[in-house]
Amino acid sequence: MSNTVLQIDHITMQFGGVVAVNDLSLTVNQGEIVALIGPNGAGKTTAFNCVTGVYEPTNGRVSFCGKPMVENFPQGKMKKMYKGTMQGEYTAKISPTPDRITKLGIARTFQNIRLFSNLSVFDNVLIAKHMRAKHNWFSSTFRLSQAEERRMREEATALLAEQNLLQLKDEVAGSLPYGIQRRLEIARALATEPTLLLLDEPAAGMNPQETQELTDFIREIRDKYKLTVFMIEHHMDLVMQISERIYVLDFGKLIATGTPEEIQSNQKVIDAYLGVTEDA
Amino acid sequence: MSVVLPYLLSGISVGGQYALIAIGYTMVYGILRLINFAHGDVFMVAGVMMVYMCASMPWYIAMPLMIVFTVLIGFAIERVAYMPLRSAPRMSIMISAIGVSYLLQNLVAYITGGLSQQYPTIPFISDSINIGPANTKVVTVITPFLVIALVFALVMLINHTKIGMAMRAVAKDYDTAQLMGIRINSVISTTFVIGSFLAAIGSVLYFSNYTGVTYTSGAMPGLKAFVAAVFGGIGSIPGAVIGAFIIGISENIVKGFEAMLAVFGINSNIGIATFSDAVTFALLIIILVVKPTGLFGEKATDKV
Amino acid sequence: MKTKENKRGKIITAAIIISVFLFAAIAEKVAPPSWNMLFMVLKKGSIYVLIAVSMNLLNGFTGLFSLGQAGFMLLGAYTYGIFTIPVEDRASVYQYFDGGVIQFTIPVPLALLLSGLVAALFAFLIGLPVLRLKSDYLAIATLGFAEIIRAIFQWQALGPVTNGSNLLRKFPVFESTIAYFAVVGLCVAIILLLINSSYGRAFKAIREDEIAAEAMGINLAKHKMLAFCISSFFAGIGGALLAMYQTSVQAAIFKSAMTYEILLIVVIGGIGSISGSIIASFLYIACSEWWLRFLDQETILQPTERGKFIIVMAVVFVTLLVLMLIRIKKPKGKPRALYGTGAAVCAVVLVWLVYFALTGQTKVPLLRNGFRMVVFSVIIMIIVLFFSHGIMGTKELPDLFKPKEKEDGGKEAAL
Repeated sequence: MSNTVLQIDHITMQFGGVVAVNDLSLTVNQGEIVALIGPNGAGKTTAFNCVTGVYEPTNGRVSFCGKPMVENFPQGKMKKMYKGTMQGEYTAKISPTPDRITKLGIARTFQNIRLFSNLSVFDNVLIAKHMRAKHNWFSSTFRLSQAEERRMREEATALLAEQNLLQLKDEVAGSLPYGIQRRLEIARALATEPTLLLLDEPAAGMNPQETQELTDFIREIRDKYKLTVFMIEHHMDLVMQISERIYVLDFGKLIATGTPEEIQSNQKVIDAYLGVTEDA
Repeated sequence: MSVVLPYLLSGISVGGQYALIAIGYTMVYGILRLINFAHGDVFMVAGVMMVYMCASMPWYIAMPLMIVFTVLIGFAIERVAYMPLRSAPRMSIMISAIGVSYLLQNLVAYITGGLSQQYPTIPFISDSINIGPANTKVVTVITPFLVIALVFALVMLINHTKIGMAMRAVAKDYDTAQLMGIRINSVISTTFVIGSFLAAIGSVLYFSNYTGVTYTSGAMPGLKAFVAAVFGGIGSIPGAVIGAFIIGISENIVKGFEAMLAVFGINSNIGIATFSDAVTFALLIIILVVKPTGLFGEKATDKV
Repeated sequence: MKTKENKRGKIITAAIIISVFLFAAIAEKVAPPSWNMLFMVLKKGSIYVLIAVSMNLLNGFTGLFSLGQAGFMLLGAYTYGIFTIPVEDRASVYQYFDGGVIQFTIPVPLALLLSGLVAALFAFLIGLPVLRLKSDYLAIATLGFAEIIRAIFQWQALGPVTNGSNLLRKFPVFESTIAYFAVVGLCVAIILLLINSSYGRAFKAIREDEIAAEAMGINLAKHKMLAFCISSFFAGIGGALLAMYQTSVQAAIFKSAMTYEILLIVVIGGIGSISGSIIASFLYIACSEWWLRFLDQETILQPTERGKFIIVMAVVFVTLLVLMLIRIKKPKGKPRALYGTGAAVCAVVLVWLVYFALTGQTKVPLLRNGFRMVVFSVIIMIIVLFFSHGIMGTKELPDLFKPKEKEDGGKEAAL
C-alpha cells in the first residue's frame, strides 16, 4: 500500500437546510489518479471547496499527508441539524484560508476557468510562484531580492516551455482559446509546486480529440512532477481511461467506490445517472 | 425628560426624513447594485427648486410642481447617466453617479451664486407647537406619521401590484428577470421615479426645519440616508426606515449628550456634539463588522 | 499589459520626465513673474499626482474600492503641521490652547516621513475590520472612517494637539516647484517599483480574481492590508505636501468631495495606469485653476470679437448637433436618450446663440462666478460616459512609443 495523501473523514457541508455533502469519507493515495463523479448538483465541487478551504465544512476532518488540515465540529444550530453519525469525534477547529492550503501543497483548477484574464500568460504563472519566493514587500520593491525574482522567472519560463506554452508567454490570458486556457490553468496550478493536484472538470467544454489529449497530458504531468491527482469529471471516457479508483457521489452521499470496471457495472451508479422510477 | 424630549423628537423627525431619502438608495441598490451618490443631490435640488418656485407662485402650486420636476430629474439622470453604462463594470457606473452629484452641486452653486437660500415658510407645517415642555414645529410631529403612511403605501405597491412584482423579480435576479420578458428599463425608471418622489417630499420636511438650502446641503443627509440603508440591510425597505430612525435618534442624542449629562449634575464641556455626524459612520462600521449584511439584509454567497 | 522589453519606449519616457524636471528647474530661475500661474499649477498638480497615484494603487491595481483618501491626507497634513510649527510660533497658532502641548519640532524630511507613517498606522487599524468587506461596502466604510477622522480632528477637547477647528499655520513650506517635484517623483518611483515587483503582480491578481488569487497561495488579508497601508502612506505624504502648498491646514477641507475629486482624476487618467493618473492630475489642476478661469469672469466683447465668438460657437455646436443626430439613428451603441439629451442641449445653445446675435448684446452671457465648475463637471460627465477608459486606459507611457510588432505569430503556432 502506498501512503495516503488526502484523507477526508465524514465531511458534511450544510447551507441552511440544504445538505450539499453528507458524511463523505474518502482517501487518495500517493501517485494515484482518483476521480469523483456524480450527476449535476451531487456536491462534488462543494467537496472540493471544503478541501481547499473555500468553505468551512459543517462537520468532519480533512487530513493531508497524515496531518489534520481542516477540522470542524458542528456548533449551535448546526449541531441539531447535523445528520451525520460521527458526532463528537472531532473536537478541534482548524479552518485555514485557501492560501495556506495551497502553501501546504494542494493546488486546484476551477470549474469555470479563473485565470487572471487581463494579465499575460507569463504573469499568470509568475503570480503562482509568488507564494514560495523568499522575499518581503520591502526587498521586492527595492529590488533587494533580485536573485529570487530571477529564479522565479527562470522557473516560470521552464514550466511554460515544458507545457508548450512558451511562445504564448506575452499573450493576454483572457484572449486565448478555451482549450489553451484550460492548459494554462493547470500550468499555473503546477507553478505552486503542489504534491496534490485537484482538477475541477478539466475536460468541460472539450471535444473528444481535446479530451484524449488531456488524458495523456494528465498522465504525463502526474509522472513528471510526481503528483497525486484528484479530479471531478463528467466525461466518462476520460474518467474510465485515466482513473485508478472512482468515487461516486449522489445527493451529497457517497454511493459507490471502486475501479472503473466495478463502477461501470454498479447498479446504484447506473440508477443515479439514468434515474430510477419510484417503485424500483 | 424635559431635556431629552426635544432631542428625541427632533431625532425621530430627522430619522423620518432620512428614511424618505434612504428608500431611494435602498431600492436603487436592490435593483442596480449601485450606490446612487447623486440621490442626496437630487434631494438638495428639490429644496432649491422649492425656494425659486415659491418666489413666483403660491406654495400649494409650487409644491406639486416641484415634486413633478424632481421626479423628472431623477428619471433623466437614470436615462442619461446610468442607462448607457448598464453593461459596464460596476465601478464605472458608481463613478458616473459621483460625476452627476458633482455636476448637480456645481450647477446649483452657479445658479445660487453659492449662497444659502432662505427656505420658504409653508403654512401649517412650519407653525410652532408645544409638546409637553418642548417647543417645536408641526413638521417634527407629522414627519413620522407621514413617513409611516408613505412606507405603507410603498410596501403595498411592491407587494400587490404588477410593477411591484416586476421590481421584486429584478431585484432578486436581474438576468433571469430580463429573460422572463420583464422590461428592465421601465422597472428601473419606476424605481428612480419613486425614489425621487420620496426624496422631494423628504426635502420639504427636512428643509422646513432648517433656515436655508445651499449647494452642499444634500451631501451629508444623502450620505447618512445611505448609511441608514446599509444599516438596515440594503435592498430592504423596512430595514432602511428602521435604520434611518436609529441614525436620526442617535445623532440627536449625541448632539444633546452634554445637556443630558448636565441633568445628572455632570458638567462636561468637551464638545461631544462635534461627533453628531461621525456617530452615524461609527454605527455603520460597527454593523458592517458585526453583521455585514445589515439588520435585515440577505446573505449573498459567491459561487466558486 | 505585455511584458516584452520595450527599450525605445522607456528611453523616450525617461527623456520626457528628465526634460520636464529640467524645464521646471530652469524656468523657475529665469521666468518672469507672469508665469506664476504655471508654477502654481505645477506645484498643486504634482501633489495631486502623488495622491491620485496612491489611490490608483488601491483602486486600479489592487481592485479595492476605497474612498478614504481624504481622511489619510488629513492625517498626513496634520501630522506634518503639528510637528513642524516652530516652537516660538506655537503661542500664536495655538492661541486658544495656551500654545498647545507639543513643544518641539522635527526636521522637515522626517516630518514628511512621519506623516506617511501616521496615515499608514491609521490605515492598518482601520483596515483590520473593514478590509474584509466587499466592494461597495468597503467604499462606504472607508468614506465613513474619513468622516470620523475629520470629526476627531475638529474636536475641541483635542485642541492642545490639533488646534481644534482652528487653522494650523506658520509651518515651514517648500518654496520651489522642484522640491515638490523631487518628493513626488521619489514617491511615484517607489510606487512604480512596487507595482512592477512580485508584490505588485500579486495585487493585480487580487484585482483580477480574489478567489483564484487565494488559490494561488496569495494571502488576501495580508496583501490587501499591505496595499491599503502603502496607499495611505503616500496619501499621507500627499496631504503633508498639500498643507505646505496651502501654507495652512484645516480639517474642514478634507471632505468626501475631495476624495471624489481624486477619484475622478484617476478615472480620467485611466484606472490602472500610473502615467494616466499623472497626466490627468496636471490636466485637471490646469483646467480647474488656470485654463478655465476665464469662464468665471464676466466678459464684455469688442464688436470684432463678437463676430468671431458667434461664428466659433455656431460651428462647434452645429457640428456637435449633427454628430449627435447621426448617432441617434444608429440602433447599436449607447442608448438614444444620451444622444437625445446631447442634441437637445446643442439645440438650446444654438437657439440662444441666434437670440444673442440678433439682440446685439456685447456681454458674454452665463460667464460669471461658478460657471467654470459647471463646464468642468459637464466635461467630466462626457469623459465618464463616452470615454470610460480614460486617457490612457491601462497603458503606460512607454507603451505608446513601442515599435510595431509582428501580429500573433506565436498564437497561431500553438493552435
